[in-house]
Amino acid sequence: MSVLSAVAPAAAPYLRLAGIRKDFGSFTALRGLDLDIGEGEFVCFLGPSGCGKTTLLRIIAGLEVQSAGRIELRGRDISSLPPAGRDYGIVFQSYALFPNLSVADNVAYGLVNRKASKERARERVAELLALVGLPGSQGKYPAQLSGGEQQRVALARALATSPGLLLLDEPLSALDAIVRVKLRHELRSLQRQLGVTTIMVTHDQEEAFAVADRIVVMNRGAIEQVGSAMAVYRDPATLFVADFVGRINALPATLDGGGSAAGVRIGEQVFRCEHASLAGHAPGCECQVYLRPEDVLARPASADGGNGFAAGDPNVFEAEIDAIDFMGPYCLVRVTSPRLGSVRLSVYLSLNYLAESRLEVGSRLPLRLMPQRMRVFG
Amino acid sequence: MSAVTLRTMVVRQQLHWSERLAEMALLLVAVALLAFLAAPLGAVLQQAVENAQGRFVGVANFVAYARTPALLGSLWNSLWVSALVTAVTLPTAFGFAYALARSRMRFKGLARAITLVPLLAPSLLAAISLIYWFGNQGVLKTVLTELGVEQIYGAPGIVLAEIFATFPHALMILVTALAAADARLYEAADALGTSARRKFFTITLPGARYGLISAALVIFTLVITDFGIPKVIGGSFNVLATDVFKLVIGQQDFRRGAVVALLLLAPALLTFSVDHWVSRKQTAMLTARAVPYVPKRAPRFDALMSLYCAGVCVLILAMLGMAVFASFASFWPYDLKPSLQHYVYGLVGAEVGAAFVNSLVMSGGTALIGTLLVFSGAYLLEKVQGSQSGGISPMRGVRSLLRLLSMLPMAVPGLVLGLGYIFFFNAPANPLNGLYHTLTLMTVCTVVHFYTTGHITAVTALKSLDAEFEAVSASLKVPFYKTFWRVTLPICTPVLVDIARFYFINAMTTISAVVFLYSPETKLAAIAILNLDEAGEIGAAAAMAVLIVAANSVAILLFMALSRSVDRRTQAWKQP
Repeated sequence: MSVLSAVAPAAAPYLRLAGIRKDFGSFTALRGLDLDIGEGEFVCFLGPSGCGKTTLLRIIAGLEVQSAGRIELRGRDISSLPPAGRDYGIVFQSYALFPNLSVADNVAYGLVNRKASKERARERVAELLALVGLPGSQGKYPAQLSGGEQQRVALARALATSPGLLLLDEPLSALDAIVRVKLRHELRSLQRQLGVTTIMVTHDQEEAFAVADRIVVMNRGAIEQVGSAMAVYRDPATLFVADFVGRINALPATLDGGGSAAGVRIGEQVFRCEHASLAGHAPGCECQVYLRPEDVLARPASADGGNGFAAGDPNVFEAEIDAIDFMGPYCLVRVTSPRLGSVRLSVYLSLNYLAESRLEVGSRLPLRLMPQRMRVFG
Repeated sequence: MSAVTLRTMVVRQQLHWSERLAEMALLLVAVALLAFLAAPLGAVLQQAVENAQGRFVGVANFVAYARTPALLGSLWNSLWVSALVTAVTLPTAFGFAYALARSRMRFKGLARAITLVPLLAPSLLAAISLIYWFGNQGVLKTVLTELGVEQIYGAPGIVLAEIFATFPHALMILVTALAAADARLYEAADALGTSARRKFFTITLPGARYGLISAALVIFTLVITDFGIPKVIGGSFNVLATDVFKLVIGQQDFRRGAVVALLLLAPALLTFSVDHWVSRKQTAMLTARAVPYVPKRAPRFDALMSLYCAGVCVLILAMLGMAVFASFASFWPYDLKPSLQHYVYGLVGAEVGAAFVNSLVMSGGTALIGTLLVFSGAYLLEKVQGSQSGGISPMRGVRSLLRLLSMLPMAVPGLVLGLGYIFFFNAPANPLNGLYHTLTLMTVCTVVHFYTTGHITAVTALKSLDAEFEAVSASLKVPFYKTFWRVTLPICTPVLVDIARFYFINAMTTISAVVFLYSPETKLAAIAILNLDEAGEIGAAAAMAVLIVAANSVAILLFMALSRSVDRRTQAWKQP
C-alpha cells in the first residue's frame, strides 16, 4: 500500500461514532464528534495532551460514558453497553499486567472465563506468545520481563479472545526510544497479519505516521482533520494541523491581485502562489502563507555563473544565512532577506550540500519558494 | 452521517448484576457507618442543645456551662496540661527522629522497637508506673520533694505519663517527615559552603515543618481527650475528659456531659482539618526526581545521638520495667520478693480474669470485622466503578458520603463516640437497644473508633495498584469479583494483616469509648485496670497492664509469623 493513498472506509463502517460529546462538569472534553472507521483499518488519534483523544478511546471502550452521542459496532448500537458487553481488547500505557499471575495466566485471563478447556487455553497461550515474539515465557512473572516484553504480553492478552477491535492507549510511550521504534513496526505487521481493526492513541506524530492508515488529528475536543499521514502532512486542513504536524514556516502576507496567476506579497516581494487554498481569498486581504522548510529549494550554482533557477522566476530571492542547527543528515538553516522584511525563514539543507557549497553563517544564497506548496490561511 | 443530532437524553450504561451487587454492598457500608458513627454523634449534638424535657434550647446549655466555675477550671487545666506535654514531647521526639533519620548511629532498629513499647500498653500503664516510682510509697519520692513538687498525683503525674504515652505517636510522624529529604538541597548547600547550623535552620527545619505542625496537633489532641491517665494519677486535678465521665456516669447529667464532649471535639476537629491540609502540602514537597538523603558518618555527632537515644530508651524501659517489677512484688514496698500473688489472687481470685478473656474476644472480633469492613469499604470506593453515567448518578453522592464517613472517626475522640453510643443505643425507642452492654456493640464501637487509620492504609495500598486492572478485566469479559479474588486480594493480603494487627493492639488497650458501654459481664482488661486502681488494688492493676503488654507482644509475634506465611504464599512474584 502506498503511504500516499488513504484507505477509504468501506460502505458500512465497522465502527461509527456519531455526535459523541463529553462534559466533565462545566468543562467540555469532546464537542460532538463524528467518525467512521472501516474494517481492518489502523487509525491513530493524534493530538496534544488534553485534546480529548484518550477520553474518546475510553468512551469507545465503555470505560467512560459519553454525555451524548451514539456508538455503533458492526451496525449494532453499543452506546449504553458496559465494557464487557462490547467486543474489544485493550492495551494501556502502564501495561496493567497482573503482577501476581504468571505470563501464561495473564494471557489466559480472558480465556479461562469463557469456559475454554484448559488444554485449548494452553495451546492458545503458546500460540499468542509465539505471535508476539515471546515463545516459552509462560512461567515467568511480569516483574521478570523488560518493559517491551511486558507490553508484548499485554498485547497477547488483549488479542487472546480474538476481539474484533483492538484499542491501544499510548502503548509505546513508557518504552525507551529504540524499543519503541522496533515495537511499533511489529505492532503494524501484526495488525496487518491479523486484520484486526485497530485504534491507537498517541501524541507522537512520528509514531502515528509509521503505523496508521488514517490519522485523526484532534484539538480541544474536536476533530481537526482525518486523513492519511501524507494528506495530513502535505495538505493540513486547518492552521492547527499545519502547526502541530511537522515543522512549518508561517509567513505574514498580503494577497496581491486575483485570478489564476495571483501572487502574494511577503515583505517587498510578490511571490506566485499556485495552491488551491488561494481561491477563497479576496485580493488585498491580510493572510498567512504556510510553507514547510523542505518546500524552500536551494539549487547548486551552475557552471555559467547563473544561480540555477529559471531567469525571472518571481519566487526566487537572495537570502543570508542567520543560523545553522545541526540535525544529523541535514541542517535546519534560518535565513533572512531584506526582500522579506522581518521574516525569518526555516529551510532544510543537506549536510553535504552545505559543505559542497561552502555555506556558513553569513553566506548568501538564492532560494525558491515552491508555488504549489504555499498554503494560504485567511 | 445518520445520527448526528445530539440526543438530549442522558446516556446511562447498563449494569452487570455483579456490579449492582457491589453498589448494594457500598450502600450497606455507608448505612453501617451512618448507624454506628453519624447517628451516635448526632445524638451527642442533640443532647447538647436540648433541655431536660427534650425541647430545643439552642446554646443555653453552653451558656450554663460557661457559668460553672468548677467546669471552667477543668477547661483551663486541660488546656495548659496539653500545651505543656506538647512543648516537652515535640522536641524530645524530634531529637529522636533526627537521630534515626539523619545520623549513622548503631542499633537504630532496636531503638525504634523500644519506642514502640508504649503503643502495646494501655496509657494507664505509665500512670501506674509513676505511682510506683514517685507515689506516696514510691522509690524516688524524695527526689520529687527535693525538686519542689509536693506529690506526683495531679498535674505532674498526668504530664509525665502523657509524655510517655504520646511519644511514639509524635515520633512516627516526625520520622516520616525527616525521612522525606532531598539530598540535592544539602549538596547545593555544601557547594556554597554553608555551615551545619545554617543548613539545619534553612533546610532541615523548614522541610519538616509540616510534620512538626502535624505532630504537635496530634499530641495536643491525644492529651486533651485522654481519660485513663488523669483518672488514675490525676487525684483531685480535674480535666475535661474526667469531667465528662463524672457528669455522665456519676451524676447522669447527659446534657452537660454532651456540652463538655463537644468541647473535646473542637481540638480534634481542628487537628483533623489542619492535618488534612498539611498532608496535601507534604506530598508536593518531595518530587519524583528527588534524591534520597543518606547521612554521612560523623563520629562525634553519631555518638552524641546514640547517647541521647539510649537515655530516652532507658526512660521508656524504666516505665515498663517498674510496672513489671511491681506486678511481681509480693507486698509493695515491704516485701519485694517476686511472686505471682497479684496475678493469682488479684486477678483470678477477684474474677477479673474473665475481663482478660473478654478483651481477647473483643480484640479478635475487632481485628476480623474491622479488617473486613475497612477493606471492603476501601475496595468498593476505589476500584468498583459502579454505575457509569454521562450525567449525575445517585451513587456518586453515596460515594462522597462514604468517603467523608471513612475519614470522620479520626476527628472524633473515643470519649465522644462512647457518649454517643450511650445516647443512641440506650434510648428505649432504638430497635438496636438490645445491643447495649454487649461485647458486640463494644466491638463495633472499636471498629468505628479506629476506622480511619485502617481505611487510609487500605486506600493507599489499593491506589498503588494499576488503575486499569478492572478496565482490562471488563474488556476480557471477566467480572470484577473474579479479578478481586485472583489479583487484588492476593496482592493486598500483607496490608490486610497489617490492618488486623493494628486493630487488635488498639482494641486491647482502648478505654475511652468502651468505658461507657460495658456491663459487669462484659468488662474489658483495660477497664479492669481502672476498677482495680479505684479499689486500691494497684498491684493487681499493674499485673493486668503487664498482661495486656504480654498479650500484645505475643499477638505481634503471631502476626509476624502470619505475614511471613502470607508473603510466601501470595508474594512469590516479587522476587525475580
